[in-house]
Amino acid sequence: MSSSDIYRELILDYYRNPRNFGRLDPHDIDAKDSNPLCGDEIEIQIQVSKDGKMEEVHFLGKGCAISQASASMLTELAKGKPLEWTKDLSKEDILKMLGTSDLGPARIKCALLSMKVLKTGVYAYLGAKPEEATGSQDIDH
Amino acid sequence: MLRSESLRVDEIRKDFPILQREVHGKRLVYLDNAATTQRPKAVIDATVEYYSQHNANPHRGVHQLSLEATEAFEGARSKVASFINASTEETIFTRGATESLNLVRYGWGNSHVKTGDLIVLTMMEHHSNIVPWQLLAKQTGARIEFVGLTKEGKLDEDHFERLMGQSPSIVAFTHCSNVLGTINDAARLSARAKRAGAITVVDGAQSVPHMPTDVRAMGCDFLAFSGHKMLGPTGIGILYGRRAILEEMEPFQSGGDMIKQVHTTGATWNDLPYKFEAGTQDSAGAVGLGAAVDYLNSIGMKRVRDHEMALTAYALEQMSKFPGITVYGPMNAKDKGGVVSFNMGDIHPHDMASLLDEEGVAIRSGHHCAQPLMELLDVPAMSRASFYIYNSFDDIDALMQALSKARNVFCL
Repeated sequence: MSSSDIYRELILDYYRNPRNFGRLDPHDIDAKDSNPLCGDEIEIQIQVSKDGKMEEVHFLGKGCAISQASASMLTELAKGKPLEWTKDLSKEDILKMLGTSDLGPARIKCALLSMKVLKTGVYAYLGAKPEEATGSQDIDH
Repeated sequence: MLRSESLRVDEIRKDFPILQREVHGKRLVYLDNAATTQRPKAVIDATVEYYSQHNANPHRGVHQLSLEATEAFEGARSKVASFINASTEETIFTRGATESLNLVRYGWGNSHVKTGDLIVLTMMEHHSNIVPWQLLAKQTGARIEFVGLTKEGKLDEDHFERLMGQSPSIVAFTHCSNVLGTINDAARLSARAKRAGAITVVDGAQSVPHMPTDVRAMGCDFLAFSGHKMLGPTGIGILYGRRAILEEMEPFQSGGDMIKQVHTTGATWNDLPYKFEAGTQDSAGAVGLGAAVDYLNSIGMKRVRDHEMALTAYALEQMSKFPGITVYGPMNAKDKGGVVSFNMGDIHPHDMASLLDEEGVAIRSGHHCAQPLMELLDVPAMSRASFYIYNSFDDIDALMQALSKARNVFCL
């Protein structure tokens, strides 16, 4: 897939009108990270319900269309799901969410940054070691 | 605007093997020269020839190959020294501009800078001319002031003048901004800093490859630059230092070749420039840099500058006609190097670089290792096109066409 194909209406809409954007107070989970190559920044805040579900999921951040749209779409996807759900979340799920099969090595990190942040936050909350949260090697940098 | 090329770009392009390749099925339009330039065949061949015919450890042996290697290595030094009008004793090989600046930080800074001293930098510095000084300040208790910029993206001369009144010990500034392209008057700034009692450190990474350089006329104490930004190999760079200062400086790295004598009780240092070249040097890289200097001399640095100025003027003109584009830095090509940084609408530079790449156009996107400048201008990132001798007006037309396409994709 060529890179201009990713910038479909859907991605641009989430980039320009991000859902679940802004602080969430109070919150139980707060995690953030950045991608030093392009300066993308994502922070995710989550309210956790008594039965361990992600009741509200918000994000803050700045960066390219792919990173911001991906974060916004992920908050929608995660909302209402149990915390454990994030453990099985994979690169393939994110690509499917974005409606693409591949992004190429330069841009995949933009797409996966929000997943990394979500996992880091949830794993820390669940008491797991943060390094387990990074999941796939594709998101190392 | 007149599209007259002062260089035979078609001929020059033939010398660069990489420019013959395609990217995503399109002609490669390489506009990321401020990051690194491409290498002509002459440079590649010179390195290969060194390894295939003359390789040995320079300065070490009396056998034939070592003599040939020494001759090649020192011959390269002579070429670079003449290129900037320095002596060979003042021309030190390093791994690049970054290491050159670190050499000054350790070699001069460690033994001269004291608590409360002032280090003056500018808001248009690359991280490589900020972070070493921040570490020096942290270590010594010195303080740092950054000279501000005018709205046009030039140095705020009044601010500079006020800071000179505070007797700084180091004044370090870029000769040409890697983001705004702004060319600073290195001779005037150096002279003023010197009157204030400071040593002057000039970052020439973006100027030496693109215009005639004369360290005597510039009057600076140090000038740092990299080989890979001027057609040479990666991993080789230069620090020019004024002889009197180099002589009284302590070594930076230590080990073989930088010593005169070593005893169990201590050591004495080798003569200049070897005092600052510890261990086996990147002699093949030096030879490649020498070949790059030959290549640039065969064109002539004034013509290089004129060519880039014509391209920059054309690019600025095209971009200012293009709706939604903001260009950063001086708008007169005479005031800047061949660097045009810009943003378009709400397209993030990283998205922009992806879309342009698809058209075979290579540009840089991001903070350009100048985060303080990004903060000052209140933009998270920029796209940057930067030119060199093998770029043509057609390349800029290709850039503009790709920008139109990006605008359509983002429905601007």
